[in-house]
Amino acid sequence: MIKKEDHHPMESLLRMDRIPHIWCPGCGIGTTVTAFIVALEKLKLDFNKVCVVSGIGCTGRVAGYINLDSFHTTHGRAIPFATGIKLGNPELKVVVFSGDGDLISIGGNHFIHAARRNIDLTVICVNNFIYAMTGGQVAPTTPLTAYTTTSPYGNFELPSNVPQLAESAGAVYVARWTALHIRRLTNSIIEALQKPGFSVVEVISPCAMYYSRINRLGDGIDMMKFYHENSVIKHNEPTENLDIDYQKEIIVGKFINRERPTFTDSYNDWLVTEKKAQSKSMI
Amino acid sequence: MNYKRIPYDIDKIKIPQGEIHIIKNRCKGCGFCVEYCPRDVLEMSDEFNAMGYHPPRVKNPENCVNCGLCEMLCPDFAIWSTLKPDCRQASKKKSAEDEKEAKIES
Repeated sequence: MIKKEDHHPMESLLRMDRIPHIWCPGCGIGTTVTAFIVALEKLKLDFNKVCVVSGIGCTGRVAGYINLDSFHTTHGRAIPFATGIKLGNPELKVVVFSGDGDLISIGGNHFIHAARRNIDLTVICVNNFIYAMTGGQVAPTTPLTAYTTTSPYGNFELPSNVPQLAESAGAVYVARWTALHIRRLTNSIIEALQKPGFSVVEVISPCAMYYSRINRLGDGIDMMKFYHENSVIKHNEPTENLDIDYQKEIIVGKFINRERPTFTDSYNDWLVTEKKAQSKSMI
Repeated sequence: MNYKRIPYDIDKIKIPQGEIHIIKNRCKGCGFCVEYCPRDVLEMSDEFNAMGYHPPRVKNPENCVNCGLCEMLCPDFAIWSTLKPDCRQASKKKSAEDEKEAKIES
């Protein structure tokens, strides 16, 4: 007989036939998924009205492991797919769970325009500084001078600053945490889910198999210790100061929390005025 | 426990006791739970699981206060803690007493 104690409390929200997952030992994506599940349970949402969309990559596998209505889309197209779901059925809570390579490089254009339109999405961007699934190539978030398989002399490209990109494009909620700040990350995901509009939570996650192995930074636990010692919490910090340099301090916190009308609100307002005008012209 | 000042309600407070559950074959031996346990309950064991990793082992079971940090940090959904059965009854009793007091006060 299987006792109740033999089951992990989060098993109801996981597809147990696929567990154990493919993520390497020391990876932070599993921890981020835990934070997301705890946030969903704390919010007591109707799970039939939550939808998770992922792109391609290590983090893109999340859609396959979470036992909700989830979609695993093509590379970089998680946000357009989620936009379609949100506009088709505005009652749903749509969460885009993807990595930095998927959201910022290949889907960078979609990221900017969804933020500009202020579509009501929650974007959880797991940033591990590298394209991990395809073999550790240089990503748009790789810090300067970091080694990757395609930058054997160190990276010369200036990395993207995800919070600044999101703010300048028009996101209403922007936060950044590491995979170690697990309770604060959970609270941020709860706030982002409740916030109407385009909300972005960036999660700095260790990549033990490519980023820290090529740069000789140790295992996942050593990266976690590095975050423990070098992350500084500065709420409401101006986002231009949030660049991440190679093995320097990481500023984390909640940076933007503002109000803007969402796309659905503006459309509904137009619909109401249009109906009034139509009924007047009928008379 | 050593206090600088002894709290007035020290006789009423009961520190919760947790129980750790580990699914050894799901563990990938990353060591997050061992490193960040605030009460030093866990340690890495020498045994191998089915995948060839070293799962954690409970070293000081009496120290666990059911904070749930290991459960939150574990990337593989392999470890969690529950309240011990006697603590569960005590907390239930306590909440019932609190309700009674609240009723009397109201």
